Amino acid sequence: MSKYTEDDLEQELKTKEYKYGFYTEIESETFAKGLSEEVVIAISKKKNEPDWMTDWRLEAYRVWKTMKEPEWANVHYEKPKFQEIAYYSAPKAKPKLNSLDEVDPELLDTFKRLGISLDEQKKLANVAVDIVIDSVSVATTFKKSLGEKGIIFMPISEAIQEHPELVRKYLGTVIPTTDNFYAALNSAVFSDGSFCYIPKGVRCPMELSTYFRINEGGTGQFERTLVVADKGSYVSYLEGCTAPSRDENQLHAAVVELIAMDDAEIKYSTVQNWYPGNKEGKGGVYNFVTKRALCETNAKVSWTQVETGSAITWKYPSCILKGNNSVGEFYSIAVTNNHQQADTGTKMIHLGKNTRSTIISKGISAGKSQNSYRGLVQISPRAENARNFSQCDSLLMGNDCGAHTFPYIEVKNKTAQIEHEATTSKIGEEQLFYCNQRGIDTEKAIALIVNGFSKEVLNNLPMEFAVEAQKLLEISLEGSVG
Amino acid sequence: MLKIENLQASIDNKLILKGLNLEVKAGEVHAIMGPNGAGKSTLANIIAGKDDYEISSGTIELNGEDLSELAPEERAHNGVFLSFQYPVEIPGVSVTNFIKTAINQTRKAKGLEDMPAKEMLKMIREKSELLEIDRKFLSRSLNEGFSGGEKKRNEIFQMAMLEPKLAILDETDSGLDIDALRIVANGVNKLKSKDNAVIVITHYQRLLEYIVPDFVHVLYDGKIVKTGDASLALELEAKGYDWIKEELVQ
Ligand SMILES: Nc1ncnc2c1ncn2[C@@H]1O[C@H](COP(=O)(O)OP(=O)(O)OP(=O)(O)O)[C@@H](O)[C@H]1O
Ligand SMILES: [Mg+2]
Repeated sequence: MSKYTEDDLEQELKTKEYKYGFYTEIESETFAKGLSEEVVIAISKKKNEPDWMTDWRLEAYRVWKTMKEPEWANVHYEKPKFQEIAYYSAPKAKPKLNSLDEVDPELLDTFKRLGISLDEQKKLANVAVDIVIDSVSVATTFKKSLGEKGIIFMPISEAIQEHPELVRKYLGTVIPTTDNFYAALNSAVFSDGSFCYIPKGVRCPMELSTYFRINEGGTGQFERTLVVADKGSYVSYLEGCTAPSRDENQLHAAVVELIAMDDAEIKYSTVQNWYPGNKEGKGGVYNFVTKRALCETNAKVSWTQVETGSAITWKYPSCILKGNNSVGEFYSIAVTNNHQQADTGTKMIHLGKNTRSTIISKGISAGKSQNSYRGLVQISPRAENARNFSQCDSLLMGNDCGAHTFPYIEVKNKTAQIEHEATTSKIGEEQLFYCNQRGIDTEKAIALIVNGFSKEVLNNLPMEFAVEAQKLLEISLEGSVG
Repeated sequence: MLKIENLQASIDNKLILKGLNLEVKAGEVHAIMGPNGAGKSTLANIIAGKDDYEISSGTIELNGEDLSELAPEERAHNGVFLSFQYPVEIPGVSVTNFIKTAINQTRKAKGLEDMPAKEMLKMIREKSELLEIDRKFLSRSLNEGFSGGEKKRNEIFQMAMLEPKLAILDETDSGLDIDALRIVANGVNKLKSKDNAVIVITHYQRLLEYIVPDFVHVLYDGKIVKTGDASLALELEAKGYDWIKEELVQ
């Protein structure tokens, strides 16, 4: 659990300050505000999509029009005005780039401040980065070496052009367009995202990583990610995001679909750091995400997420454990501070025999924030010998915040074994004094205690990501003392 | 080094320290003994800067500087170390990580860069050997599930790592087995120099056989009522505190 050892020490001492809160001025092209069939068609046209894709979007749009926003979550906010959002924004037509020298220096600077200098990453981190800025990918690296293994990793807009048969076969199969209000909206207007296909028996040699950014004021972001791991393959996928500070609500409704075929394994890690609004709760990103994985026989999917940003978070990465012996895992840290509200958790749907799931959720609330865990464990009648272990821990800082746990358990097979543990704790004066006495000031002491509390989840992230996540936790809780 | 004059302190309107005087010079070892509830830990906490106490009069100076204005971490940066009577647990934070943070925060306060990892590792190895600590132990969560004796040994490990000017050991001997007591005392002695000072709070003469004090004080009802040399500890062990009470009445 606390596996931080002397070896880790060396690693960690190398890391630098994490920087955030900046705004890039990149010329961009934005559609007029509002949503209609015409806009959906225009988006599709803009991207040169085949007819089947346009029709797919239109169908989603028509369904969306009949749907209502979900209201069951424990969050309170002013509803976005959907007709006042611009549904497409792309950096102005950029030529394809062959080397870093050709990249907009300002963009490069942004990457540097994000701590993801491509340069460095290419050499050191063994990470292929598909960077999504304002809905359109502007750089893709490492494509070649992945290509040699038959791995496809590209913006989904390109995949629709280059691998239409794959995209058409899998898109919307885990999360149907009609699944929920935000998934339908995303299906209609998604601008870009990533597509990843790992062929049979291939172990992806590097962590695949995408950095999403929201950049253009008033532009909704509708990312679409589809990861398909064919039989016996393995992939670790990283998704990280930061956003510049701004004083306007920004809607984000992403959809992520994962398909793990027989004996395949997908690790999907997210560090989310969108603008949470200012101290008074003004501004901030609304983050309504639908993430779901389908696990076939012996497959394993592991969701790990560190959520520190957004004014409102509504997010339940789920696993459908369809195949026998399939495994679903959910490791989550959700931090809320000031006026942030998060309603997040997971759904583990056990359909196959001997399916197993693990849920580790760590909620940290500070300021006047509200942090809810909402989890569903469902054991279907056919799921013989299904097992679930859930642990939900809450850490409170101060007296004005709230932590809530809503575990739903539906068991329709008597052989199921379900364990649920929950704890709530507060950072104690004695702990703080102990740290202070050792020369650690209160802010740093809180960061240390929070990191300790989150260890089980942090340990599940790839190393570089874990370090970044740790810094993020620290930044998110700055000024929460007292 | 440390100079306390006429210190009066209370908690929840209850007066605990009632005009306490104590002077500790560099290179000295002072033992403080006294019955339960006399105010020994209170004194230690106040020196370390715990802010639960109301200080109604008196002064505390460290090397001529008034301590009352300094936050606990600043006192630590100035070389004050307290080995707690009851060390707290911090789940998920390894001993290594904790001590690394403590050292680097202290360095930062002094305008120094983080200690190079190599140097830190070397120091960890040295100090854990000195105190005969299995290094696997250092990857465990701080004090979580530690036995009473392990907690105390870990306190002294931290002291060894931080190399304080003024170390206050609050009943560090309680809970240590005979071998551990020797090892810990030996460690403390090795760290002693003419530039630092140690205050040992204890109920037992045994520790003082290993860490030989220059002065032994009796803290009784919020005051230091008697000061002597090492032989006073022996006398207390033999006779208890009643005779002191009687002396006071006279
Ligand atoms: N929060 C508090 N409220 C009221 N009284 C307190 C509080 N904290 C400590 N005291 C009292 O202060 C007195 C001194 O306590 P202190 O812990 O300093 O004693 P001590 O000399 O260290 O005793 P021991 O040898 O048992 O460790 C005790 O009577 C104790 O009950
Ligand atoms: Mg005491």
